[in-house]
Amino acid sequence: MQDEVLLQMSHIDKRFPGVLALNGVDFTLRRGEIHALMGENGAGKSTLIKVLTGVYRMDGGTITVEGNSISIHSPQDAQNNGISTVYQEITLCPNLTVAENMYIGREDGAWINHKDYEKKAGEILERLSIPARATQQLGDCSLAVQQMVAIARAVDMKCKVLILDEPTSSLDDKEVNMLFKLMRDLKAQGVGIIFVTHFLEQVYEVSDRITVLRNGELVGEYLTEELPQVELVAKMIGKDLDELNDLGSAEEKKTSDKEVFYEATGLSSSDALPFDFQIRKGEVNGFTGLLGSGRSESVRAIFGADKVTGGAVKINGKSVKITRPIDAMKNGIGYLAEDRKRDGIIAELSVRENIILALQVMKGLFKPISRSEAEAFADEYIKALNIKTASRETPVGSLSGGNQQKVILARWLLTHPDYLILDEPTRGIDVGTKLEIQKLVLKLAEDGVSVTFISSEVEEMLRTCSRLIVMRDRHIVGELKGADLNQTQVMKTIAGGEA
Amino acid sequence: MRKFKALLMSGVLALSLVLTACGSGGSGNSGNSGGDGLIKVGVINNPPSESGYREANVKDMEAVFSEANGYELKTFYSIKNDEQLQAAQGFITEGVDYLLISAAETTGWDEVLKKAKEAGIKVFLFDRMIDVDESLYEAAVVSDMAKEGETAVQWLLSQNLSEYNVIHIQGAMGSDAQIGRTGALDAQFNSGAMNCVVQQTATWDEAEAKKIVESVINSGADFNVIYAENDGMAKGAVAALDEAGITHGVNGKVIVMGFDCNRWALRELLAGNWNYDGQCSPFQAQIISDIIQGKTTVDSKIIINEEKGFDAATLTQADIDTYGLGE
Amino acid sequence: MAGNIKKKFSGGLGQLTIPVIAIALLVIFNLIRDPSFFSVGLSHNNDGNIVLAGNLISIINGASELAVLAMGMTLVTAACGGQDISVGAAAAIAGSVFVKVLKTSPDISGGKVLLAFICACIVAMLFGTFNGTLVAVFKIQPMIATLILYTCGRSIAYWINGGATPTISSPIISAIGSFIPGIPIPTPVLIVVAMAIVFKLVFKFTSLELLTQSVGINGSAARLNGINSTFIKLLSFIILGVCVAVSGSIGVSRLGLINHETLLLDIEMDTILAVAIGGNNLGGGKFKISGSIIGAYVIQMLTITLYAMKVSSTDVKAYKAIVIILLVVIGSPVVKEKFGKFVSKLLDNRSKASLKGAQ
Repeated sequence: MQDEVLLQMSHIDKRFPGVLALNGVDFTLRRGEIHALMGENGAGKSTLIKVLTGVYRMDGGTITVEGNSISIHSPQDAQNNGISTVYQEITLCPNLTVAENMYIGREDGAWINHKDYEKKAGEILERLSIPARATQQLGDCSLAVQQMVAIARAVDMKCKVLILDEPTSSLDDKEVNMLFKLMRDLKAQGVGIIFVTHFLEQVYEVSDRITVLRNGELVGEYLTEELPQVELVAKMIGKDLDELNDLGSAEEKKTSDKEVFYEATGLSSSDALPFDFQIRKGEVNGFTGLLGSGRSESVRAIFGADKVTGGAVKINGKSVKITRPIDAMKNGIGYLAEDRKRDGIIAELSVRENIILALQVMKGLFKPISRSEAEAFADEYIKALNIKTASRETPVGSLSGGNQQKVILARWLLTHPDYLILDEPTRGIDVGTKLEIQKLVLKLAEDGVSVTFISSEVEEMLRTCSRLIVMRDRHIVGELKGADLNQTQVMKTIAGGEA
Repeated sequence: MRKFKALLMSGVLALSLVLTACGSGGSGNSGNSGGDGLIKVGVINNPPSESGYREANVKDMEAVFSEANGYELKTFYSIKNDEQLQAAQGFITEGVDYLLISAAETTGWDEVLKKAKEAGIKVFLFDRMIDVDESLYEAAVVSDMAKEGETAVQWLLSQNLSEYNVIHIQGAMGSDAQIGRTGALDAQFNSGAMNCVVQQTATWDEAEAKKIVESVINSGADFNVIYAENDGMAKGAVAALDEAGITHGVNGKVIVMGFDCNRWALRELLAGNWNYDGQCSPFQAQIISDIIQGKTTVDSKIIINEEKGFDAATLTQADIDTYGLGE
Repeated sequence: MAGNIKKKFSGGLGQLTIPVIAIALLVIFNLIRDPSFFSVGLSHNNDGNIVLAGNLISIINGASELAVLAMGMTLVTAACGGQDISVGAAAAIAGSVFVKVLKTSPDISGGKVLLAFICACIVAMLFGTFNGTLVAVFKIQPMIATLILYTCGRSIAYWINGGATPTISSPIISAIGSFIPGIPIPTPVLIVVAMAIVFKLVFKFTSLELLTQSVGINGSAARLNGINSTFIKLLSFIILGVCVAVSGSIGVSRLGLINHETLLLDIEMDTILAVAIGGNNLGGGKFKISGSIIGAYVIQMLTITLYAMKVSSTDVKAYKAIVIILLVVIGSPVVKEKFGKFVSKLLDNRSKASLKGAQ
C-alpha cells in the first residue's frame, strides 16, 4: 500500500520579495505513510505546506493528487482535493465554541443546525479522547486541547492528505501518545500524513520516511530506519554535531552559592495559587510539570503579568511591591512570554524598534532613545545573537520563529536584567537556535544573572538548570537538584509516584 | 441627531436661524391665577432653545399676553407633537379661554381641536399651519416665505443696477426657508432680468458659504450681488470678499443681502458693510391679542404676517432694538 | 539589481504612495482642465494688506482645520484602533468656549485671546479625557464611546452661548482667522505648519510614537513590556482634544462668529478619511502623521476642484465619495499585493532582458 503515490509535488518554486523561499523542491507522499518533513526554521517547510494548502500560490512547479494534476488557489481548493491541515499556530477562533470551530467554513457544515453539530462534535471528541466539551468556548481550552480540536476538525473532514504542522509542540507526553495512536489509525486507513516537527525522538517513533529541506532546497528523502538520528541532524543544520556535546551534562551543574536575588513568600495571582520561591544570583532554575500544572502562571505572577493577589516579595533582601510588569522591570526582572506571537513581538514594527522596546519603556515617555543609539543597539544584538534579518528595519513579523524569539531575547538582554524569566524560549524553533539559546542562558548565569528557564523538553532543562521546581495541579510538589536531576526522577515527581 | 434636525427643518415655517436639537423635554409654566376678569390663554409652542427665531417668538408671546395687558398665560414648550397634544388636552380640561398653537407636526390635531370647540375654547394658530378644517380655529397668523423672498428681490430690483450678476447661496435644500427665499430670485434668473453667476447650497454653513464665494473669486467671474439665504452665510461670503480685497455694502462694489435680522447682522447694515436684511417675523402675539380684544376684525381665517426687510440706507438703531433677534 | 529597483519602487514612499499619487493625479487633472488653476497672485485685501490669492491658497487654507484634526485623529486611531466621531461636536464646544471667554468684556486684547484659547483647550482636553476614559478604561469601542459626545456635543455648545450665534470682531481675531498684517500667507496655514512641527518635536523628544504603535499593534505584548496602554490611549484622546481646540478656534476666527450647529459640521468623516487616505491602518498600529496631512489636502483639493467645475455642492459629496472609494480600494492590501506582483514581474522581465543583452 505504501508504494502507491498519493501526492506528488515537483519542482516547486516560491518567491517572496527579496527571498527565494522554495527552489525546485520535490516532495512525494505515499498512501498510508507518515512522512516527516524536516528542516531548520527558514528551511522552507512552512512555505511548502502553505503552497500545498493554497495559502500561498506557487510561482512554479506541479502538484498531482492520485495522479491527477491539480491547481490549488485557495484553502478551499485544498480541502476539496482532500488536503487538510493543522497549523503550528492555532488558526481557529477562540471566541467560538469547540463545535462551531469544527464546522465553521465547511461546505457540509453550513446547513447543519447547532444541536446536530454539537452532537456530532461531541462524538468525535469522545472517540479521540479529547478533554473538551462541544459547547465550550475554544478560548477557554488549553493550547493543547485547542490543537487537538484542530486535528479533530481535519480528521472529520475525511481527508486523504493530513498535514500536521508542529502538532506536538504544546502537548504533553500523554497527549502526544494519544495523537500518535490516532496518526497510526489514520495511516492504517490509507491516509497520507505529513508530519512537521522539531522533536527528533517523535520523528523516529512514528514516521516512515523523512524528507529534509535546507535553505529552500531539497536535501533528500530517506527511509526513517535507514537514517541515524545524528545524520539527520547533520543534514538539517548542515554542520558538525560536536556543538551538541559542548553543553555540559546535568551532573556537573552546581547550584549557585551566591546570595539570594529574588525571594517570594505566599505569592499568588488571579491565575496562580500561593507559592514560595527564591532564586540566587547566577542561578539557572526551571519550572516543570504538565500543561496546566501552573508553571507558566507562577512565573507570570513573579513578573506581575497577571493580577497579583497576595504575598511578599524581596529583592536583594529588600521588600518590594510588584503588581505590574513595569514594577518588575524596574526591579531588574525580564520576562519572555510563552506565546511569542500574542505576548512577545510587535509584528509590524521593525527589528530595531522591537529590540529597544523594553528599555525604552523603562526609560519612560520623556527620555526617548535616539535613532542612532537605537540603531547601534539593534546592530549590536543582531550580531551578538546572530539574528537572521534582511536589515534592522525589517518588520519583525516577517522573520522566522527562531529569529523572532532572538529579537525578544535581545529586547530583554538590552535592559541588562538581574533576573530573566524565559518561558518556553525554544518552542517551535529550530535545533541550531535552541542550542544557541541554551548556551546563552548558561553564559548569562556565569555573568551573575539569575535565570528561570521553562521548557516542555525536560532534556533541555536538565542540560541548563541546576535546580528544577516540579509542579502538579497548580502546586509545587518537589524541588530537584544535584544527583536528583535526571529524567527518571523528574518523571517520577511529576507523576507523583514514590521517589 | 441629523434625523432630528431634518425633521425640524421640514416642519418649521419661516425658520430663520439654524436649528438646534436641544431641549426636547417639555416644560410647563402656569401663571398664577389672578382675579377674575383676566383672559386665560394657553400657549403651546416649540421650545425657545430651538432657534433665535423661536426665542424671539416666545418672548413676544410672554410680553404681549402679560397680566398687565389683562391676560393669564399658561405655556407649554416641546418639539414633540404628542407631548403638545397632551398639553392641549390639559389646557382644555383646565378651562382656558383661548388656545394658541404652534404645532410640531401638521397632523393629529383633529380630535383635540374638536374637543376645544365643544368646550367653547377659541383656537388660534400661529407660525405654523395645521392640517384641519378651517372651522376648527378662529384664525391662523402665519408667515409667507415666498413673500419674504419677493420683498427682498423687489428691493434688489429697486436698486436699479445696470446689470445684476448674482451669487446665490442657498440654505439647506428643501427647507421652507430655502424654498421661499429661492423662489423669487429664481424667477428673475429665468426671466433674464438677473444673471446667475453661481447658485450653490451651503446648507446654512458659514464656512461653506465662504468657500463658494472664494471659488467664484478664484475663477475670475464677475459679480456684484451676493444673495445669501441667512445672515451667517452672508457673513461667510463677506469674509471671502474681505480677503480678496473686494469692497461691499453701501458704496461698495458688491451688494450683500442676508436674512433673519440677527442684531449683529443689522449692526453690519448700520455700519454700511451690508445692504439688506430680510426677516420672517416672529411677532404674531399682538395681532392675535388685537383680534381677541376686538380691535381688529378677521376678514380671512389666514392672516399673513407682515414681513420686514431692512435697507442699510434707512435702518435705525431703534429698528435693531425692536426687530433684531438674539444679541 | 532588480531587487534594488523593486525595493526603491515599493519602499521609497511606502505608506505615503497612495496619498502622493492621489494629489499628483488631482494636480494633473486640474492643470489639463484649466492651466491657470493653480496660479497664485498677490492682491490687497480690504484691510490693505498684501496677501496671496488663488485656488492653491484656498485649498491649503481651507484644509487647515481638517489637517489639524487629522493629526490628532491619527494618534487616536493608532493607539485605540478606532476613531473619534465627536471631533466636530467637540470643536463646536471649544469654539463656543473660545467666544464665550472673548465676550466676557467688550475689549479684546492679545492676552485675552490667549486666555480664551487656553480655556478652549482645557475644555476640549476634558472632553477628550471623557472619551478617552470610556475607551481606555471601560474598553468601549471608540466609535460607540464618542457617539455620546457626537450626539450631545452641539447641544452643549448651544448651551454655552445660550443659543445665540454671537459674533466677535477684532483685528486680532481676524489676524488669526485670515491674515496677519504684513504676512501674505493665511494664518491658518501657518498654524498647521506650527502644529506639524509640534508633533514632530513631540515624537523627537518623547517615545510616544513607539509606545503608541506598540499599544495599537499588540496590546497584550505592550502590556507585558510594561507599557501602560490605558495611559497611552487616554493621552491620544487628550492630544486630539488640543487639536480640536485649535481647529475650533481657527473655525471661529475665520468668520468671527460661532454657529454651534454648523461649525466644522461633518468634519469627523473627512478627518477619518484623511487618516485613511494617508495610508494609516484604521485598525490601529503603525502610523504616519504626514500621510494624514496630505490626506486632508487631497480631500480639500477635491472639494475645491469640484466647486471650480461648478458642481452643485449637494452633488459634491457624491463625487467625493466616488473618488474616495477609488483611493481606499487602490490602497487596500489586495490591490497593493496584485500591483506589487505586477511590478516585480515587470522588473524581472526587464532584468532578464538586460542580462540577455549583456550576454
